This record gives sequence, C-alpha cells and structure tokens, in this order.
Amino acid sequence: MAQLVECREVSKQYTRGKETLDVLSGINLSIEKGDFLALMGPSGSGKTTLLNLIGGLDHPSSGDIINGGANLNDLSGRALAKWRSENIGFVFQFYNLLPVLTAQRNVELPLLLTRLSRTQRQKNAATALEIVGLTDRARHRPGELSGGQQQRVAIARALVADPELLVCDEPTGDLDRDTADQILNLLELLNRDHGKTIIIVTHDPKAADHAKHVLYMDKGELLATTT
Amino acid sequence: MKLFGIVWANLFRKRTRTVLTLLSLAVAFLLFVLLRAIAGSFTQGVSLAGTDRLNVSPKYSITDDLPLSQKQQILAVDGVEAVTQQNWFGGQYQNPQNFFAKYPVEPGEYFEMYDEYVIEPAVLAAFAGKRTATVVDASLVEKYGWRVGDIIPIEADIWPKSDGSRGWEFELVGTFRQGDNPLPLMLFQYQYFTESVADNRRDRVGWWTVRLSDADRAEQVAIAIDKLYENSLNPTRTTTEDEFSRQFASQLGDIGFITTIIMSAVFFTIVLLTGNTMTQALRERIPELAVLKTLGFTDITVSLLVLTESVLLCIVGGVMGVLLSTVAVAAVGPVLQGFLGSFSITLPTVLLALAMALLLGLVVGSVPAISAKRLTIVDALRER
Repeated sequence: MAQLVECREVSKQYTRGKETLDVLSGINLSIEKGDFLALMGPSGSGKTTLLNLIGGLDHPSSGDIINGGANLNDLSGRALAKWRSENIGFVFQFYNLLPVLTAQRNVELPLLLTRLSRTQRQKNAATALEIVGLTDRARHRPGELSGGQQQRVAIARALVADPELLVCDEPTGDLDRDTADQILNLLELLNRDHGKTIIIVTHDPKAADHAKHVLYMDKGELLATTT
Repeated sequence: MKLFGIVWANLFRKRTRTVLTLLSLAVAFLLFVLLRAIAGSFTQGVSLAGTDRLNVSPKYSITDDLPLSQKQQILAVDGVEAVTQQNWFGGQYQNPQNFFAKYPVEPGEYFEMYDEYVIEPAVLAAFAGKRTATVVDASLVEKYGWRVGDIIPIEADIWPKSDGSRGWEFELVGTFRQGDNPLPLMLFQYQYFTESVADNRRDRVGWWTVRLSDADRAEQVAIAIDKLYENSLNPTRTTTEDEFSRQFASQLGDIGFITTIIMSAVFFTIVLLTGNTMTQALRERIPELAVLKTLGFTDITVSLLVLTESVLLCIVGGVMGVLLSTVAVAAVGPVLQGFLGSFSITLPTVLLALAMALLLGLVVGSVPAISAKRLTIVDALRER
C-alpha cells in the first residue's frame, strides 16, 4: 500500500515557565493509506501531541512530518489551515460541536470554506449524516442529542469534505460501552468500505481491538507495534 | 455571507444576556438621538436669523435690561436704518407645559423689521389699534384652538403689574406666519406692557433689534453702538442675530457641552458593558473557536467572526434605539414643540447614530477579535 504519513525524527518540547518538557523524542513512523491505527499508552505519553502534529494542529520542535505528500513544516499558518480543511477530518472526545447550530449545519461547517453552492453543501451534509445513521436528527441541536449521537454528528462533520485521513482523539472516551462499540464499528466501516485512513488515540484496549495496528507509546517514545 | 448564519446564531446563544445588552444599547442610542434633537432645536434660531440685522443686548447678561432712551441714540448711529425693541416677558398660559415666547413690541416697527413675517394689513392695523391686542404665530392658534376675539390670560412671573397682580389678559386679533420652521411666538403692545408694570420698571427694554442700511458695515456699526454706552450704566453688546441666538441658548447652559458630557458618560458605560459581554462570550467559546480553526478556518476568519458579532450587536442595538427615538419624538414632540420649537430627528443624526454604533462595535469587538486571532488550537482545545 502507498504511504500516507511519514514522521522523521519528530520531537516536541513545551516550555512551561522556566521548565522545558520533552513530550516527543525522535519519533519515526510511517502510516500507509487505508490503515486503521490505534495509538495507546499512559497519560502524558505523547499520544495526543503526536496526533496533533500529524493532523497539522501544531508544529514539531524538530523533525519533519510528511502527510499526503506535503511537508507540514513548509506550510504557513494560512496554507496549513487550508490543507487541514481539505485533507484531515477531526473527531474529539467531547464532540466539540457548535451548540447553536443544528446537526445539519454543524456538519456543513467545513464546507463553508469551499466554493460549493448552498444546495450542494446541504446535499453533502445530508449524505454524511446518512452514512452515520442520523438523517432523522438533522434538525436537532447538539443539546437535544445523546452523547453517541453527538459523536456521530462529529464523525459526519469529519467526513463531509471527504478527507483522506481521520484523526480521532479518544473518540469513545466519553461514551458508555455499547455506544462506544457503535462508534468504533462506524469507524471500522469507514475504514473498510470507504477507504478512510484512521488514527485513533485511546486508553481503551477494546477500542484498539478495532484497529489494524496498535502502536504503544511511553514518555514520548514509540515502544512497539502490534497487528 | 455564508458565515453570517454562524454569527447570528452565536449572537443569541445566551438569549437573556443578548436581549439585556441590546436594551442597554437601544437606550443609549435613544438618549443620543433625543439629545441631538434637543441640541438641534436650541441652535435652530441660528439658521433662521438674518444677516442684515443686529441685536443690541445688555453687555453682561440678557437678564439685565436697557433704557428706552437709547432708541433715538442708536437710530442716530451712521449705518442704522431702523430700531425696534423687544422684551422677554416669560409668563405662562394655563400651565407651565404650555410654553411659548411672548414679546411686547411696537407693532408697526416690529413687522417692518421682520419683513419676512407675513401678516395681513387688517390684522396689523387691529394689532396696532388696540392697547390689549395680541397677534400670535398661526401654529399657536392651531395648537390651542384659539379664535379671533378670544381673551388669552397669561400669568406673569417676571413682570407683575404695578398693582402687584400677575394676571394679564390679551385679546387675540389675528395671526402671522414666520415660514417653514415657525417659533411659537406671541406678540403684544409694548405700550400696554410698559404702562402696566411697576413704575420703576417702565421704559425698559430687553434688547434692541437694529436694521442696517448696508449689511457689509455690520461690524463697524456694532462697534459704534457699543462705544456709545461703553462707560455708561447700561453698556451694550451688539452682535449678529446668530450670535444672539447662541447667547440666549447658552443662558440655559452650554447645550452642546451638556449633551456631549451626558453622551460621553453613557457611551463610556456602554463600552464597558458591551465589552464585558463580548469578552465573556469569547471566554465561553474558546474551544469552539479552536474547533473552527481545526476545521480550516484561518485566524483572520475566526477573528472577523468575533468582530462581526460585536458590530452586529451594536448595530442592532443602535437601530432599535433610533426606532425607539422616533416613537418617543412622535409621543413627546408635540409637548416639547412649544418649548423648543421644531423638535425632530434629522437624517444626519440617524446616520451619525449608526456610524457610532459601527464604531462602538469595532472598539468593543477589537480586543476579543485579537484574542480570537491569537488562540492556538492545541492550547484552546485543552481548555475544554
């Protein structure tokens, strides 16, 4: 399979006051198109930081991240924003939907940055909601939906611009077991039937069971990979 | 325009807070428009005044008066064509709300001096021919439903009669017209006035109005008149009618200054209030703004969303205030018209109010907008 993401000697430090924290140290990683990768490890191991770097939300202190052929270090803030809108779908633990907008309009958000007509945007959002099984909740606001339904809306929002890569940070961390399984099955379906490359960060071994590969991290370093 | 829906939806995220802020803004702009209308009324006389006339008033205060004997002396000044006197009579008709100006005048001289006023010769003759006659601006007749022959009682405040009584009665003999923006004005005979007041207040006038034979010599004539009385008991101050109107209004206080002070206090409070609302709204929404950036919205776009929200809030509040002020003017305008003359909202005032709303929105929204621009996604998401 073709390679989608490559991390070369990626390190990340944060400065808190006078203290410098090494969050990631010399990460080398290659992710192929169509992969479903779970990143596991204890809190503070650097999983979310690595995910943020791969998703173009942050810059590494050193090293390179090549994603979809683009070296993210070479992109300016504006170019990086555009790149994210076209190439990455994000799913967060707490859904991060805009509470004042309906499910349909939340899903439409990434399309507002495109040149699509209003009708086309609505059509695409409806399709995304259909994929996640929430057509009948399109006009509901997040506050009127359950946690699982909100996460489905968030996944529909991540899908709607048809990105190559979905990055999911603890997507089931706020859900009960059954709802979490439904969300993980949905992600699996998107990987298997729609060819989406997916990276999830999770603490949950059962969540990791849905992935093709599991990558373990501790203290900012990659430890081992299981298949 | 695609993003307007987000701005509008966010504006009403906390309905009660937004409605209260909008009401505060509306009241501020209501005050602004009404105060501008009042200030406009006070300066209205300025535009009505002619350029070929001068007013000669007591040098130090319009509450002083001048002796009637000055009339012939002023008339003798080179460049003076005619002179007539007026007094501020004060007084009230029925109650203090029924306010209009009342001047004792010499009928013939007065209407020759103000030849732009229109009065029927028969009415002028009736006015001049009867000691207790009065003529009024036509607007007063419409307002109070007076008819020719009616006796109009006026309760004096400044000018009691020689016997100490305060009741004056005037017989309405007709009306005159001043033009498009008439001041509510009642005229009666100076002769009746001066013969009726206490002995020691007779033959006094409030101010002289002087017609020039040559308008270009106004300054020269003004200096000559004031020089006549420079070292007398009754020094004068001769000005154009424009300046006289301004002085008259300023006796009540510097209207422009007062309105500026009030509006500054109101807008300062509004800036704090609305600024606080916007800052609070931003703080509550930091993770959401980070999500927008995550989805690909640029720093500038997110910043503009916040700024637009602030501007929209202020513009909506401003429009509400302007609309409320039109209702208020329609309601209280007729009452105030007697006191202020024409009391209305002008287009420049409305445009100024909207421009101020825009400016207020930009000022209030600038700090939250800059903060929104500077938000880093990773830090902001961590605040969830």
